[in-house]
Amino acid sequence: MERITIDPVTRLEGHGKIEIFLDPDGEVANAYFQIPELRGFERFCVGRPVEEMPTLTNRICGVCPEAHHMASAKAADAVYNVDPPRTAKLLRELLYSAFYVTDHTTHFYALGGPDFVVGPDAPAAERNILGVLAKVGMEVGGQVIQARKNGHNVIEMIGGRKIHPATAVPGGMTHGITEEQRAEIEKIGRWSIDFAQFSLGIFDQIVLANDAYKDMVLSDGYTQRTYYMGLIDPNGKVNFYDGRVGIMSPEGTRVGTYAPAEYRDWIAEHVEPWTYLKFPYLKKVGWQGFVDGVDSGVYAATPLSRLNAADGMATPLAQAAYERFYATLAPRPEAGGKRIVHHQLATHWARLVELLYAAERMVELATDPEITSPHVRTVPTETPNEGVGVVEAPRGTLTHHYKTDERGLLTAVNLIVGTTNNYAPMSMSIKKAAESLIHKGTVVHQGLLNRVEMAFRLYDPCFGCATHSLPGEMPLQVAIRDSEGRVIEVLSQNC
Amino acid sequence: MSPSAKPKLAIFGAASCGGCDVAIVNIHEHIVDVANAFDIVLWPTVMDGKYSDIEALADGEIAVTLVSGSMRTDETIHLARLLRRKSQFMVSFGSCAGEGCIPGLANLSSRQEILDTAFSTPSTDNPEGLRPSWEFGAAEGVLHLPEFEPLLRTLDQVVDVDYTIPGCPPESGQIWAALEAVVKALNGTGPLPPKGSVLGAGESTVCDECGRKRDVKKIGRFVRIQQVAEIDPELCLLEQGLPCNGPATRSGCGALCPAASAPCIGCYGAAPGVIDYGARLMSAFASVVDATEPAEIDRVLDGIADPVGQFYRFSLAGSLLRSGRSAWQSDGE
Repeated sequence: MERITIDPVTRLEGHGKIEIFLDPDGEVANAYFQIPELRGFERFCVGRPVEEMPTLTNRICGVCPEAHHMASAKAADAVYNVDPPRTAKLLRELLYSAFYVTDHTTHFYALGGPDFVVGPDAPAAERNILGVLAKVGMEVGGQVIQARKNGHNVIEMIGGRKIHPATAVPGGMTHGITEEQRAEIEKIGRWSIDFAQFSLGIFDQIVLANDAYKDMVLSDGYTQRTYYMGLIDPNGKVNFYDGRVGIMSPEGTRVGTYAPAEYRDWIAEHVEPWTYLKFPYLKKVGWQGFVDGVDSGVYAATPLSRLNAADGMATPLAQAAYERFYATLAPRPEAGGKRIVHHQLATHWARLVELLYAAERMVELATDPEITSPHVRTVPTETPNEGVGVVEAPRGTLTHHYKTDERGLLTAVNLIVGTTNNYAPMSMSIKKAAESLIHKGTVVHQGLLNRVEMAFRLYDPCFGCATHSLPGEMPLQVAIRDSEGRVIEVLSQNC
Repeated sequence: MSPSAKPKLAIFGAASCGGCDVAIVNIHEHIVDVANAFDIVLWPTVMDGKYSDIEALADGEIAVTLVSGSMRTDETIHLARLLRRKSQFMVSFGSCAGEGCIPGLANLSSRQEILDTAFSTPSTDNPEGLRPSWEFGAAEGVLHLPEFEPLLRTLDQVVDVDYTIPGCPPESGQIWAALEAVVKALNGTGPLPPKGSVLGAGESTVCDECGRKRDVKKIGRFVRIQQVAEIDPELCLLEQGLPCNGPATRSGCGALCPAASAPCIGCYGAAPGVIDYGARLMSAFASVVDATEPAEIDRVLDGIADPVGQFYRFSLAGSLLRSGRSAWQSDGE
């Protein structure tokens, strides 16, 4: 049987490899998306003290250590059944909001943006951040660097370091912030609101004003009707730091919400022997394989999923952007009553709506009268036992589950990390791309590379949050093999 | 200087979290200086560069290769050896490559235990007890996965290393300082650091650059951070009973964690002259214990909740304790 191997260069990082097999008629028989690496945190964290988990699990991912730091601290709070002081929670969320501004900015301009801003039909060599800057103005490059610097400065002020923060502990934080720091963070937050609005404006001018781009967003090739997951606050609004996990059906019905400790009632992970990563799915619906629809337990957890899973945004400017998003892309509600956007490329727009929310939330938190209170710790008094912590990582709902002995030493660890949630939908996107572009043994080479690349980018995959790809370029290499496994053709693309 | 005359630079991440790459990007505008000084032939996380391009280079054609991440699969080991052959200078970048980092704690467990745990967690639906297979016969053909090695190794347990830049991750200011030194050496305006040098770090301990006051007080017991209602913002953390790794850890980070009232966790590795990080830290802890009787000293040290994690948190894979270099030098290519 003929086989096609797509190797995102990330082969060099052990990232992900795609094997496409053709049947005797030259049609796609199957596609396998393999994750070739494992590090084993769930094993070697056993025996460690629970208060160390926020810094140990940072090392799962250097791009989103803030997410692991927060999910871990919340799990550790739960292990001790301790409620941190309000200021500690505000500080954690403030750090986390600054991180979201940085992360979403980097993704839009360096990774996702090139596909739209420069255009999917532009030469590959121009579809990078330099191409974006050439189109929107070089001074924007300075602002992107500024946004990154700002975010990391806020993370260092609260978290102690720019990468792998160190200050969240069971019961709160190790330290508070000064009025001077608060004022600086507020200033950065206000700057970020302007920057987010500017970014949404770019999306308006370049993508929404262009019918060809809009048609691509709405095209069937980039549409999947899966379940959607996202943290929501008590009012049903998107929240990154805390709340219940909302599950929305592809038909616009909220099938339920769960508290972090109930995650095992809702989520299970399917195993395949040809990859190191597991495939989470909705337990109540069941694993039916790599298919979408209301009968398949496959769900997505992305910026788009979070908007779909929620009833709106908790800040005014982001709410206006949210309403415009649905008015444009989902004019009619689904049978269940909620408007749902199933067009995966809209994830890039959803990310900008979240960017605006994160910036507004930064200002809300930085202007809270209690944010500079020195009272940032509650000393736990109960015997440690078991706890679950959940945050929304930029790349999906992140769950840390710990069990400890009576001294607070870990006896069991279970982690379901952001990108992992999307392993099944990503695999499906790849198969769909292959099926639409390979017929009778003829491969539409450039189209296949483009399609796979764009399908990857919208998820902003981070394997894994185990290995990981920096927001940046994603070159692809395809080897086409004959039935003996010999390479008969190699093509590549600098994406 | 024409582009082709610029020295070639490769940046490669093995089993890593990506934080080292983010730290390099965070040198911000100096990235332009790096791009001006080097012809970057490989940086997969940020720009194009193919494995086959590297194979096509002559041996020694790359001037400098920075490797972050640890050696976890046969594939990463193969790539590290390839890059070694193609490079004049091999730089071990960050804690994973240098000493194994947190993922090196995996060496406390067997490969089977690691796989068994990952594929039998409470949310895993795996009634048949499946495990990843290095070679799996799917209906349509055979699928290969890189083999998960029995032990995690550091870069210098696999290839010869010229320089080491410590840190988890290295602080961005230090990265630029180290790269600048290499640039100067390459263009003849600065001395070439002696082989084996640690670059981008200090020559003393974290305590020496920590702003906290030391009263040379002895402690009667160790405490865990969640038990301390309020951490004194000015007093030495170790003297407050918090197990802080500053005394054994190399300087260079600016003592960022202690400044934020978080104990040093030791990510910059062993201080100069220290052969075994854990042994040095144990003796440092013992020296602050307010006791003279061995039994009493033992009682105080028992307050360290997780000794192996405390003393070898970042350095287990590279330590004398668990996997000495000599054990690995017989199975090279």
